[in-house]
Amino acid sequence: MNDEINIQELPTEEILELMQEDLYDGLADEIVAEVKELLKRGLAPYEILSDGLIAGMDAVGDDFRDGILFVPEVLMAAKAMKAGMEVLRPLLAETGVEKTGTVVLGTVKGDIHDIGKNLVGMMLEGAGFEVVDLGTNTSADDFLAAIKEHNAHILGMSALLTTTMTYMRVVIEALKEAGLRERVTVLVGGAPLNDAFAEDIEADAYCRDAAIAVETAKKYMQIRKAE
Amino acid sequence: MTTGLIVCGALGREVSQLIQLHGWDAEIIGVPAIDHVFPERIAPHVEARIRALQDEYERLVVVFGDCGSRGALDELLARYPEIERIEGPHCYEMYAGDDFAALMEEEPGTFFLTDFMVRTFQGLILKSMGLDRYPELKDEYFRNYKRVVYLTQNDSPPYRQKAREIAAYLGLPLEIRPTGWGELENRIRIHFNTTPSALQGAQDADPVNKTHPE
Repeated sequence: MNDEINIQELPTEEILELMQEDLYDGLADEIVAEVKELLKRGLAPYEILSDGLIAGMDAVGDDFRDGILFVPEVLMAAKAMKAGMEVLRPLLAETGVEKTGTVVLGTVKGDIHDIGKNLVGMMLEGAGFEVVDLGTNTSADDFLAAIKEHNAHILGMSALLTTTMTYMRVVIEALKEAGLRERVTVLVGGAPLNDAFAEDIEADAYCRDAAIAVETAKKYMQIRKAE
Repeated sequence: MTTGLIVCGALGREVSQLIQLHGWDAEIIGVPAIDHVFPERIAPHVEARIRALQDEYERLVVVFGDCGSRGALDELLARYPEIERIEGPHCYEMYAGDDFAALMEEEPGTFFLTDFMVRTFQGLILKSMGLDRYPELKDEYFRNYKRVVYLTQNDSPPYRQKAREIAAYLGLPLEIRPTGWGELENRIRIHFNTTPSALQGAQDADPVNKTHPE
């Protein structure tokens, strides 16, 4: 955000547009100031989320997918998104806004790599999903417990290593044994994976990057709603 | 018969040393190491070199791991059955051999360095991660790591010092393991000790040691 811009003097529409630009540029402090200003003006938290933050992250996701933005820029945008969400999240909970869906997310057991997984989480949150992030080194038991506890629609698993990606199969088998497989969409991602691996372990889809993960999660939620 | 080695830039210097050491009749054709940051570029860049060179060399060997190409490199090479790739998923495993799995088992939060990474950490690596522009992202990238393991190829005090500086920047303990060229040397040597047809036959008979899928 330009230092000369005084957001208090801007019309609400322009602040929402500015939010999208500042999110794209990864300016967390500016995003927080704009969210607070819009709340002060009486905008509903959901409007700020959808017309400011989500609209901004959509542009980031599109340009990431198209190779215009790269991981560092997307991480900065996601950090700005997170800062805005920290202000909005309690207010959204109070107003009971309907979520796009609930996603349980984690890097599988034996693997501590989480950059891609964190990006997916933040971009899913930006798309209106409730995200339960279990972190790294996550066991099948922990995935199953979180799916049950949060009544999740989607399970997202990540792995960076060829030695750990095989654990995704263990989790999917555990889902089957627990009778949960049919009700949970399983999305997988990570550097060594591909479509063939996802098909082999009977995941629903392989997601090449965070933008595609969000698109895929939205698509599966639409399918669910249509059923 | 001169062999063309299509080599990952991160292995170029070491492969060049091996050629000199063993007196192999080989020439190196490099693929930029920066492709690791954009792994979808690896297979197309390797293919461009194959197309440009396959009439020039009787034999081409691809000295690359999968390196996050998500199997695309092996899918490409399946279309060129006369071209071989050395075994291995990435250079850490090529240098450390079986110790790589043991090290990861011991501590999943291990950040590996090689001579190439020590040489290029301040430039290529930090820039490709955006840490020159956004130093605040350091925690995003490195917060889960617990130690640095430096696999040395040409063990030397200046490289060791650089490794210490990298470990200090990351705030992690450093372990130094002299590996030399490790399995990289053996896996290239096998291509010079074997004719392409014999190697292909051995691979067909031993699916565990295939250099690329059927």
